[in-house]
Amino acid sequence: MRISLKVNGKPVEAEIEPRLLLVTLLREHLGLTGSHVGCDTGQCGACTVHLDGRAVKSCLILAAQADGRSVLTIEGVADGETLHPVQQAFRDRHALQCGFCTPGMVMTALDLVEHLERPDEASIRDGLSGNLCRCTGYRPIIDAVADGIRARQGGG
Amino acid sequence: MFPFDYVRPTGLAEAVAAYGQDGDPRYLAGGQSLLGALKLRLASPSALIDIARLPELRGIRRDGDMLVVGAASTHAEMAEGVEIAALAELAGSIGDLQVRNMGTLGGSLANNDPAGDHAAGVLGLGAEIRTDRRVIPADAFFVGMFETALEPGEVIVEIAYPLPRRAGYAKVRNPASGYPVVGVFVAETYIGMRVAVTGAGACVFRLPEFEDALSHEFSPAALAGLMVPADDLNRDLHATAEYRAHLIGVLARRAVEGCGGRS
Repeated sequence: MRISLKVNGKPVEAEIEPRLLLVTLLREHLGLTGSHVGCDTGQCGACTVHLDGRAVKSCLILAAQADGRSVLTIEGVADGETLHPVQQAFRDRHALQCGFCTPGMVMTALDLVEHLERPDEASIRDGLSGNLCRCTGYRPIIDAVADGIRARQGGG
Repeated sequence: MFPFDYVRPTGLAEAVAAYGQDGDPRYLAGGQSLLGALKLRLASPSALIDIARLPELRGIRRDGDMLVVGAASTHAEMAEGVEIAALAELAGSIGDLQVRNMGTLGGSLANNDPAGDHAAGVLGLGAEIRTDRRVIPADAFFVGMFETALEPGEVIVEIAYPLPRRAGYAKVRNPASGYPVVGVFVAETYIGMRVAVTGAGACVFRLPEFEDALSHEFSPAALAGLMVPADDLNRDLHATAEYRAHLIGVLARRAVEGCGGRS
């Protein structure tokens, strides 16, 4: 089947098998290898991307389900060489160690920064519960998300 | 995953007609349970009929004394957009953020996982399930483990929840899966007092004794001494049947304590 969607703002057309996962389309057809496959069972969140502006797990979605919709991957987050404030917060807070979970963490963080009603630690922890970090670096990640929320709210 | 065809009809009638074609098709909503089942080859449909974007299944609206939620509403949309506070809280507690952004109310109900959260809200509030062909009361919808009253090809279109005077939901989550080990939904509505339990049996069920007690006196103390026999409850590596029986009492009292009205 033929699908057309937007990926990081650019129109993409692809001829695919209906059973193709969105993450496979991104990684193997489009060469966007920033979205990682950690578990392939929808638990680890390393494959998190945005579908029409909301964080979703691209290993639990068919590419066909993204037909006609807009996908944002980690490759589309920075503005050229300038990091997005959330990415900068991850860097400033040393919120990564091996880095495998980081693209998914950042994509989830972007959703939280945009939509979290109560930017307290419990809400951030709950919001990140679909992303696993095997380096156990959660503390700085939580701090980075809190920084990102403050940055959006314009405070310091 | 075994190969399958994929179709995305633009209207409800077209979707139902697509189901009537040859083979063994399945409807696809958010896919947050179905994709996992396909990967494990627990399901091997000939075709997936994507109903997530059908306009008939979208939207949340007020209709008199009912809150009507389109079956393709995501858990996140319900968490942010329904006026029954306990139901919004329930929807916002399902799975994780990414699953809530994709998974749908109708998909959850049609799947009827023994530990589904939405089943507790639907049965607890005494909602009605409106399909492409009839209206099914909650009391007749949940038949057994992963089994509902839906006929082959029948599509859940929307759920109509009576607005409660007060309602509350309390659960103990499995920390790994996020599914409730036990969840209890308590509601006082114009159709009466209702207490529904998920996670503890083959599917969601009501507790008439608890309902009677709360009808006489709506307080956690009114439930003191009430016990559910463990005999028919689920037992697995996460919890014994006896522990689940204990949790039902504890969570019913917590749900009563947490009861609020409309947000």
